[in-house]
Amino acid sequence: MRSLRDVAVVGFAQDTAVKDRDRNEVEIISPVVREAVERSGLKRRDIGFTISGSCDYLAGGPFTFVSGLDAAGAWPPVKESHVEMDAAWALYEAWVAIQTGDVDSALIYGFGKPSLGDLHEIWTLQTDPYTVATLWPSMVDLAALQADVYLSSSGRSDRDLAEVAVRSLRNAQRNPYAVVSEDVSVDELLGRPVTHRPLRDTDIAPITDGAAAIVIAADDIAKRVCERPAWIRGIEHRVDPQHLGLRDLATAPSAAQAAERAGVNDGAIDVAEIHAQFSHEELILREALGLADGVDVNPSGGPLTSNPVMATGLVRIGEVAGRIMDGRAGRGVAHAAQGPCLQQNLVCVLEGSN
Amino acid sequence: MGAERTAVIGVGQTRHVSARHDVSIAGLVREAAQEALDDAGLDWGDIDAVVIGKAPDMFEGVVMPELYLADALGASGKPMIRVHTAGSVGGSTAIVAAKLVMAGIHERVLTVAFEKQSESNATWGLSVAMPFQAPLVAGAGGYFAPIIRAYIRRSGAPDYIGHLVSVKDRLNALRNPKAQLHLPDIDLKTVQESMLLWAPLRLLDVCPSSDGAMAMVIGSEQAAAAAPGPVAWIHGTAMRSEPTMFAGRDQVNPQAGKDCAADVYAQAGITNPREDFDCAEVYVPFSWYEPMWLENLGFCPEGDGWKLTEAGATAFDGDIPWNPSGGVLSSNPIGASGMIRFGEVAQQVRERAGDFQVPLKTGKALGHAYGGGSQFFSMWVVGNTKPES
Repeated sequence: MRSLRDVAVVGFAQDTAVKDRDRNEVEIISPVVREAVERSGLKRRDIGFTISGSCDYLAGGPFTFVSGLDAAGAWPPVKESHVEMDAAWALYEAWVAIQTGDVDSALIYGFGKPSLGDLHEIWTLQTDPYTVATLWPSMVDLAALQADVYLSSSGRSDRDLAEVAVRSLRNAQRNPYAVVSEDVSVDELLGRPVTHRPLRDTDIAPITDGAAAIVIAADDIAKRVCERPAWIRGIEHRVDPQHLGLRDLATAPSAAQAAERAGVNDGAIDVAEIHAQFSHEELILREALGLADGVDVNPSGGPLTSNPVMATGLVRIGEVAGRIMDGRAGRGVAHAAQGPCLQQNLVCVLEGSN
Repeated sequence: MGAERTAVIGVGQTRHVSARHDVSIAGLVREAAQEALDDAGLDWGDIDAVVIGKAPDMFEGVVMPELYLADALGASGKPMIRVHTAGSVGGSTAIVAAKLVMAGIHERVLTVAFEKQSESNATWGLSVAMPFQAPLVAGAGGYFAPIIRAYIRRSGAPDYIGHLVSVKDRLNALRNPKAQLHLPDIDLKTVQESMLLWAPLRLLDVCPSSDGAMAMVIGSEQAAAAAPGPVAWIHGTAMRSEPTMFAGRDQVNPQAGKDCAADVYAQAGITNPREDFDCAEVYVPFSWYEPMWLENLGFCPEGDGWKLTEAGATAFDGDIPWNPSGGVLSSNPIGASGMIRFGEVAQQVRERAGDFQVPLKTGKALGHAYGGGSQFFSMWVVGNTKPES
């Protein structure tokens, strides 16, 4: 196999809101794209490839990504694609496009406006339409099932879940894009009601409208436009079968596979941003990624405090890259997930030194 | 740095019908994928990654159905990507899969595209009133009919040109056992007397609604060398997009289509498409799009597309057969239709097209797909010889 081109994140921007009543998707995406491009130091017209990640069902109609073109800028016509996946996978496709040598840079954006509908029931429609979706388990029902399996097989308790929530909420106090944040103790939190046994509301990602955009560039371009590019050292993704009886729900095998292939533990990790939409998912993913106890996990507060669906995974890459670009971290790992019970996982290792 | 040489090493597709009541969605995609693997002489374990495409999820009512389909597609423990670029998606999906091989990341990638439209109603699915948008409630035919009228006004084409395409593609479909529509008695009069849907489109000028899937295995040079049968080398791939609406946009002859064709022709060394290709499979869901795309794709000067159609140049025995398989007018599982175009030209250059095989002279053929408001384009050129670089 031939060697891969060095590719780095050179620009990132995001925006979120609890419920963006005043703006449609194009109005949410436009400033984010503009900001990411400005930060990249590249001109929009010089960026070779454009790609987005979104989900039609969030807006309840076909082709919601089409209007995104108005925000991204597509005249004269552009080389462009779209995945019906979290935009972290759009970044993967962009990285592949750069590897072919066809383009040298790419703009990636993701967006979601879940406040328009009932996200937890929309995700029910990701399940087998003949045998599972007809029972209407919400995504929270399925997550609670996984949390229960995890707690009983790992010997952990809801105190461990609360510790994840407390740290996330505290970290979120420093993140202007977090839609919830709080300085709360574990004991105080444990006094709150369990809403989906064993989960409390603080264990469940909040409904968040928003968008994120990243610019990546190859080799010399990245070095020219960015003082300290966040180099992509490994990017891999894997999927597990969906049927809940087909795997041990206390684990995330596809996350572990992706992490190993991406080389997460080929060096020390300073920071990890993990796409855990439920507290127990962070614990499962820490194990799957093989993270040491001292690793700073979700310093942004993570998806438990800001969850712009279809962009949440891309935000993880942006958050790690941002910390590398401004010198706060040397090497980090970003993780994205989608599907019920952490079915599909992507792992991206980023480094400051070339 | 050039890309790795890449080829289609296996092709499979279901038969296309209005409703496949005998299989689930998983069964449908599995059928096409298994046929492609058999064709390539491979087993599920030989596949490195899976790239799947389909049009809007509303067509089946399953959100991101690839998640539920992961095990049916043999993707467990592998990378899986889901592409959605509107009607061009079948083509785009094949291109995304090809790029994984061109980049040197994988050796053998399975790519599948499908639509099971009997699970829902596509015209209704396309007509949902969206938040913040003026409701069109027109379906695809209602959207494209005014653009076709603009073409007729611009080009001065006689009103029966579209009907000629409707007859030609349905006669071609009689040679294709997997096509949905088999209408042996079709002629100009039948089309002219069919129900008027959206002027000037009559019922028989319009594609059917289909259940169907298409699959290909795309492989590296090494994988191609190990393939049991002939392969189709990929000589070029291109995608272009432009916004749906802006002042002055030419929706009849979109710039993105012209740019996409110019890009893929340059990669494949095509200077005169009418002479340099042995055939083309082009996304023609409404009959009039044949003359319109003949012009957009540079097979003739602007305004002359209808003259080629009228002269029979695009017929099965014409000098540049378009849609010898019967095309989208004979089978339209929307998300798969683009990949069917890409796969059928691969079959042509492999000389595997059966009763609708065209004679090979240059050994090159064009696969084309478009989508959205004539704004998303994907194209590839395949050939029976290995590209130079």
